[in-house]
Amino acid sequence: MLGVLRKLGALAINGVWRLGFITRFFWMVLLYSGQSFTRLHLTIRELYFSGVMSLLIILVSGLFVGLVLGLQGYETLQRYGASDSLGTLVALSLVRELGPVVAGLLFASRAGSAVTAEIGLMKVTEQLKAMDMMAVSPIARVVAPRFWGGVISMPLLAALFSAMGVFGGWLIGVVAIGVDDGAFWAQMQAAVDFRYDVINGVIKSCVFGVAVALIAVFEGYDCVPTAEGVSRAITRTVVSSALAILALDFVMTSFMFRG
Amino acid sequence: MSRTTLDLWVGVFVAMGIAALFFLAIKVGSVSGSDIKSPYTLTARFDNIGGLKVRAPVKVAGVLVGRVSEIHYDNERFQAEVVFTVDGRYKFPTDTFANILTSGLLGEQYLGLDPGGEEKMLAPGDVIKKTQSAVVLEKLISQFMFSKAAEGDTAPAK
Repeated sequence: MLGVLRKLGALAINGVWRLGFITRFFWMVLLYSGQSFTRLHLTIRELYFSGVMSLLIILVSGLFVGLVLGLQGYETLQRYGASDSLGTLVALSLVRELGPVVAGLLFASRAGSAVTAEIGLMKVTEQLKAMDMMAVSPIARVVAPRFWGGVISMPLLAALFSAMGVFGGWLIGVVAIGVDDGAFWAQMQAAVDFRYDVINGVIKSCVFGVAVALIAVFEGYDCVPTAEGVSRAITRTVVSSALAILALDFVMTSFMFRG
Repeated sequence: MSRTTLDLWVGVFVAMGIAALFFLAIKVGSVSGSDIKSPYTLTARFDNIGGLKVRAPVKVAGVLVGRVSEIHYDNERFQAEVVFTVDGRYKFPTDTFANILTSGLLGEQYLGLDPGGEEKMLAPGDVIKKTQSAVVLEKLISQFMFSKAAEGDTAPAK
């Protein structure tokens, strides 16, 4: 009994400790990120690894999500004779929620885990310490470019996901099922507002980008420098990124889209 | 430092992302505000606004000319005050009628304006005096029921 209590207490203290550390770490990354923009090729490299390499999975999943939305949305809407609003349904659900959230989850498991593994392995092989010895700040040289690469690519990926999804919905709705092309686009344009829907979606994806990138670099930097420690850090990156995305999404939706 | 193929791919990626954003802005959504040029505000007071919401369309003869920007309750007149912005290209006579209408049977509610025949035009910030409240379905049904009941009373007496 006492042992369980002790474990619980240790877990809580450890959690608070990590929370404090991640906050200080975030501050350090922001402080040192000036160098990742003056030496832009470092950030461009990370943009390639986390953004360009995630393109395929984002585009293909976006297309499939759009196809499914088109099929299921049509199923339900045609019962009420409202199949013309299919465009509205597909576009609003993608731009507001599915685009940022699903792209964020995919990004965390595709790029976030890779970043954690890379930094974790650098720590295991003591490259980070070696940099410190040579008076090169590992946060400026390794962490900050990876962080900014993630932050910049996330909104772009989410926008691509949404655009691809709308295309998928159009493919199923208009080309395959035969919803009227004009009604599909006109109803969509009447319902989707640029400032209210699209910009809020972009804000969401930016926040998810910061959250995923920060969690990924932090878990790599903070991992126990063994093979097992790195694998645990990668698992933690994916799990806590997913939780952070879903929780932040609820918070943001509740004050962005009310009434 | 020389250009590499990596830079090319990053460039393609960023260009694609920005193109997707433009697609969302122009093809999927409509840029609000841009189609309403040099807007001015008008106010109308209603006894009952039904389900009218902020951002609801303002239409004249079925054409969108503006949007509802503010709705609040006037505690001195015991009425709802609806403030809406209208495109500066359009002017309306001072005896314009404001109605709250519904598009379709289950559609959203909007503010419909019926221009009158007056020579003078409404200036920015003016109040529309002639208004008609939203139709509340329960009231309509109860009226119908009462009139039916009244008919039932008189019929046997004949």
